[in-house]
Amino acid sequence: MSKFAKKKDGDIPAVSTASLPDIVFMLLFFFMTVTVMKDSDIMVENTLPNATEIKKLEKKDRVIYLYVGKPTTEYQKQYGTESKIQLNDKFANVNEVGDYILAERAKKPQELQNVLTTALKVDKEANMGIISDIKQELRKVNALKVNYTTYEGDAFNNLK
Amino acid sequence: MARRAGAPEVNAGSMADIAFLLLIFFLVTTTIATDAGLDRMLPPMEPPENPPIIRQKNIFTVNINKNGQLLVEEELTDLKDLREKAIAFLDNGGAPSGSEEYCNYCKGKRDAESSDNPSKAIISLKNDRETRYGTYITVQNELVAAYNELRNREAQRLYGMDYTAMEALYLNPETESSVKDELKDKVTNIQGLFPQKLSEAETSTN
Repeated sequence: MSKFAKKKDGDIPAVSTASLPDIVFMLLFFFMTVTVMKDSDIMVENTLPNATEIKKLEKKDRVIYLYVGKPTTEYQKQYGTESKIQLNDKFANVNEVGDYILAERAKKPQELQNVLTTALKVDKEANMGIISDIKQELRKVNALKVNYTTYEGDAFNNLK
Repeated sequence: MARRAGAPEVNAGSMADIAFLLLIFFLVTTTIATDAGLDRMLPPMEPPENPPIIRQKNIFTVNINKNGQLLVEEELTDLKDLREKAIAFLDNGGAPSGSEEYCNYCKGKRDAESSDNPSKAIISLKNDRETRYGTYITVQNELVAAYNELRNREAQRLYGMDYTAMEALYLNPETESSVKDELKDKVTNIQGLFPQKLSEAETSTN
């Protein structure tokens, strides 16, 4: 008798795993299509300035982002070329910033609500006027910790 | 002998290659952006009850106009010289030896007309509404650099390590807590020697 006995007729055949990759791919495609990369939808020009004395924003769940800059070319017809604030995915006025911060703060877990940082992603061509207005709004809602997000690089490149 | 009935096996050997190809594609295209920038604290809305009286010589005024020109202590200054001037001001230690405010670690000129002590020295930054944000960040960067340079000097003297390196290590979430506890004292100590007092006035419209 041979070592590997032949299966007898009537045995249950092994389950075919040939379709397993298909299932996995289906899952992969599902997640690929569902995942939205939030940052990919910036509607303002956003060339950040350079700085050398930077600190990393370590904990992403404690950060609220604000974008400021000129609307990109496709939005310029509608919104003009003056610097605008973008909250989530729409343009906003300065007086909406406070409400936005409060709404975002309320979404965060209780223990993080006091340690939130507001990251200002501002185009380097923007004017300080709008930044000052935003800072006033942030002070009103007591969101005092700000981070002027920059790229790492020689700060004197900003002047060009 | 003929095969028995049943679907023939699909050769799935190359599936792994395809999956890896996709995996590598996503690995390459995904950029995990770690944001970095200049940390600042805004002043609270309510003014303090008893605002301390600050002597004029302890204030270092920096004005940026709408063309990006700098007026430092009433003098037109090039941006490249700002850091040097700020260091000279912060490190001055003008209080006479023996007085309460005497700064024993300052290496400045000890000019009686400039700041008494680093803990008293305040940098006041003022900008126009039409100042470019890029210019403003450059000025902020230079002022923070001035503080960092002085803090690094003291940290090197006391602990043989740069302040910026210590702080980065302290803020890194992967650092062990035993190391952190040790660093915390050092970092606060250095911050106490050169506290960052950077006041920002509300912008002027003219």
